[in-house]
Order: sequence, then C-alpha cells, then structure tokens
Amino acid sequence: MGIDFQPDRPIYQQLIDRLAGEIIREKRKPGDKLPSVREYAVETGVNANTIQRVYREMEQMEIVQSKRGQGTFVTENRDRLHELREQMKQTYIEYFVKDMSDLGFTISEMTEGLAEHEAKKGEKE
Amino acid sequence: MIEAHQITKRFLTTKAIEGIDLRIDPGKIYGIIGENGSGKSTLLKLLSGLLHPSKGSITINGEPVTRQSASTIAYMTDFDRFYPYFKVSELVSFYESQFVDFNKNKAEDILDFLAIDHEQKLKHLSKGNLGRVKLAVTVAREAPFLLLDEPLSGLDPMVRESIVKGIIQFVDFDRQSLVITTHEIRDIEPLLDEVIIIHEGKKLDQQRVDDIRMKEQLDVEGWLKRRTR
Repeated sequence: MGIDFQPDRPIYQQLIDRLAGEIIREKRKPGDKLPSVREYAVETGVNANTIQRVYREMEQMEIVQSKRGQGTFVTENRDRLHELREQMKQTYIEYFVKDMSDLGFTISEMTEGLAEHEAKKGEKE
Repeated sequence: MIEAHQITKRFLTTKAIEGIDLRIDPGKIYGIIGENGSGKSTLLKLLSGLLHPSKGSITINGEPVTRQSASTIAYMTDFDRFYPYFKVSELVSFYESQFVDFNKNKAEDILDFLAIDHEQKLKHLSKGNLGRVKLAVTVAREAPFLLLDEPLSGLDPMVRESIVKGIIQFVDFDRQSLVITTHEIRDIEPLLDEVIIIHEGKKLDQQRVDDIRMKEQLDVEGWLKRRTR
C-alpha cells in the first residue's frame, strides 16, 4: 500500500523527511514545482489534511515556497538547501546513535564500526 | 457537525452500544475501530439515522437525526443489495433519481478512476469491482457526511489501495466529513485524522493519529492492541 510508514512517528514528519530527502539528492531541484496537495495525497495514499500540514511546515522551514494561485515550489535559496543537508545529516546521526545506544553500543564502538564497514565496502569494490 | 450524547442501543436484552458521547466535526476523517461484534457498525447506523437509540440523543447541525437525515448523510453498508440485473450505468441513474445531491458526472469520473466498465451488469462484477462501484455511488453524493461501513472488508490489497485512493481523490474535504468503520487498520490509517476505539459497546478512547504516534510511539494497530488488552 503506497508507502510503508514507520509506526512510531507521525506520518506528516515522515513525509517531510521523504520530500526533504528528495530535495537534497536533487530528485526535486531548486525551483521545481511540487505536486498539488490532492495529487500528492493520492500518490502517497495519505489524507489531504496531512499533506497540507506537510507543505505548511516545509514552508515554515523555508525549504519550499508557495506562490499564490500557482502552487508550491522548492526554494531557490541554495544556502538554505545546504543548511537542510546538514540538518538531515544531524537528524539521521541522532536516529543512528539512539538506536545503537539503546542496543548498548558506545560511541567509540560506533565510530570503529563505521570505519570497519567502510573498509569492507572498499574491499568488495 | 454530528453530535451524540450518551447514546445507548439495546436489542431485546443485549446492549449493543452503551453511553457513548461523540462529535464528528466538518472536514475531518474519523476511523471507528474495534473487534468484530464490538458495536462499531451499530454505532455507524445510529449516526446515520438508520437505527434509533434506546437512550440518548443524536443531532446533525443541531437537528435530531431521523431516517430523513439521509439527505445530509451518505451511508455505505457492508451488504451488497443492489439489483443484480442492473448495469453499472443503470445503477448510477437509479441513484440520481433517489438522491438530489447525487452528482452523476462525479460518479462517472470515479468509476473511470477505478477502471470500471459502465456497461457491465452488477451480477457479473467481481467482489472487488462491486466494492469499487459501491464506493463510487456513495462518494458521488455531495452530502456533508459520508459514513462508510467496512469499505475494505474482504477485498484484496490492490482493490483496497484503489478504494483508499478513490476516497482521497474524490471526497471534498473542504465540505465533507468522513466516518469509516474498519478492521483493516493498516490500510486506512494514513487516511485518518482521528480514531475512536469501540470496545464491548463502549467508547474506550478517541485520539488524533498524529498524537498516538507522537506520544505513544505506536501506530494505530499497536495502540488498539494496548488499549484493549
């Protein structure tokens, strides 16, 4: 069914992360028009009220801009997009560190683990 | 707005619904969830005016609900009692003749969106396509309240997805509220603003889906299990 949402976070937040991710990897480029609320609701199988909230919050975050009568567009402010990329990095690091800490790993085990992971990946390639 | 105050429904000696307070606000989508036999379908029939409460009162925009409330409420049953020799297009004409708020163009658009052949006879439709037709003729009514009883029940995943998408595409949430009973919670959850748990005839809880996920860190199914354990 459409998207598999994680059970423990509001759907609107997961959709913000999803769109922000698409913007960071330039699947949606600066100045691109986002789908209309209705279109994106149908595409994701999510309530239109939720999509409205997604767009509203992304506008407050200054990642997108709504233009009256035209729709919602990815911001062309490159500094903001660069900042967003850093924010996303921090967010995903926090998720990772939280999950790993919950499992009992220390920060040094995590960094060692990351280095090993990278090294193994290098060998394979 | 639909408002229920302390409604109770008895069938002979069994209480199907007991002391429920409920408010359905405009522009929102509500899910009524609970086990089979919990009373959720009875509650929906009471809200629609098809059943009359033994105690308590229900009002729509301040007026008491009666069977005549069918003009402001579009109710979709989980039974299939269409005339089997009708073509889909004849069913649409029949609905148009019965409901002043029925929008024939919208019905045709929904049927096209759901890829239904308008010239098929109802008795030749698969269960999934019959489910789609039922949805189409219900959602084509421009009634302020749409009440759907188990719209996904017994349908395969593809049909469930198309029905959910049909609801999102065609319900006018600026003017319409939607109340859905379901036990296919996973498919319906992304569609809902609020959920109401009915358990053994009583309202156990009512929460916004976002709040459940935020505060309880659970999806609706997990929350239902915890609350009815």
